[in-house]
Amino acid sequence: MIVNLVVLLACQLAGEVAARAFGLPVPGPVIGMALLFAALVLRPKLAARIAPTTSGLLSHLSLLFVPAGVGVVGHLDTLGRDGVALIAALLLSTVAAILVGVWVFLAVARLMGTPE
Amino acid sequence: MSPADPAEIWTYLRQDPLLWLTATLVAYALGDLAFRRSGRRPLVNPVLVAVVLLALLLRLTATPYERYFDGAQFVHFMLGPATVALAVPLHANLRLIRSTVWPMLAALVAGSVTALVTAVAIGAAFGLRGETLLSLAPKSVTAPVALGVSETIGGAPNLTAVLVILTGITGAIIATPLLNLVRIRDWRARGLAVGVAAHGIGTARAFQVNETAGAFAGIGMGLNALLTALIAPLIAPWLVALLAG
Repeated sequence: MIVNLVVLLACQLAGEVAARAFGLPVPGPVIGMALLFAALVLRPKLAARIAPTTSGLLSHLSLLFVPAGVGVVGHLDTLGRDGVALIAALLLSTVAAILVGVWVFLAVARLMGTPE
Repeated sequence: MSPADPAEIWTYLRQDPLLWLTATLVAYALGDLAFRRSGRRPLVNPVLVAVVLLALLLRLTATPYERYFDGAQFVHFMLGPATVALAVPLHANLRLIRSTVWPMLAALVAGSVTALVTAVAIGAAFGLRGETLLSLAPKSVTAPVALGVSETIGGAPNLTAVLVILTGITGAIIATPLLNLVRIRDWRARGLAVGVAAHGIGTARAFQVNETAGAFAGIGMGLNALLTALIAPLIAPWLVALLAG
């Protein structure tokens, strides 16, 4: 458990340091994710070891963005003023992204002859 | 120690991180209970319920957000390690990824760019500007990454957090009727597109509908986190300046 947390924190720390050292526009934890992914590809045995910790963490992933979400209390005026525009953008953009995603997937699958 | 009057206890509690940490967990537990009681309806999202409850509580007790965050930051901190942990399900699905790598990558890039560009373009067309528009740009990405991206490009992470949750709920509600309407039956395509457009909340919904769709949604969410983190800082500020400068 402790070792597993150290693995996650070490990847994040390395990611944060790399993001700053090289002036990367990518958030540190995302680089940490890429580092852990590379480590798992190189040493597949690591996956079984850290899986209990990571699945515990990921099964409560949505809890983790409650504190940031509550920060909306500081933006209620924005939501009130721009609420309609924001909802319209969210709704139409989500419809567009889903449709473009499925159509491109199917078109390329047909092109490559990937069986279903 | 003589017994203190309730006002004194309250004075202690509202300044102590313990109260707001506990309140965050209780609010989420209540949200989760409401979600399960409703038969897992996407609209009764546990995060949305928890955020509304806590926002009301802060208003009732006249507590500033900063003081609340002193306690809640312990939960917030875990977003970083949780983002790193997303590598594990991504790795577990490596064989599935390899078998359909090109359709997946093409759909990922197309869906991700569409989500970002249409959000900014439609927002700008409706008169949104500056920080609000930048906060909207990473709305389709899983929350921990979206917050980081929002901060990097000059948005307001707190606003992004709420927009991300609302996007997830929107995707979870509309995906099934929308894709039935256009007669798409390939579960791989359906899952991947929903994961890219509506991150974890869409993925959770995809798992309810079909196992294959769920696995592909999870892959879409994970890959889109990486892709958006890479492209949003390059595209979003430029797009905002172009459309709403």
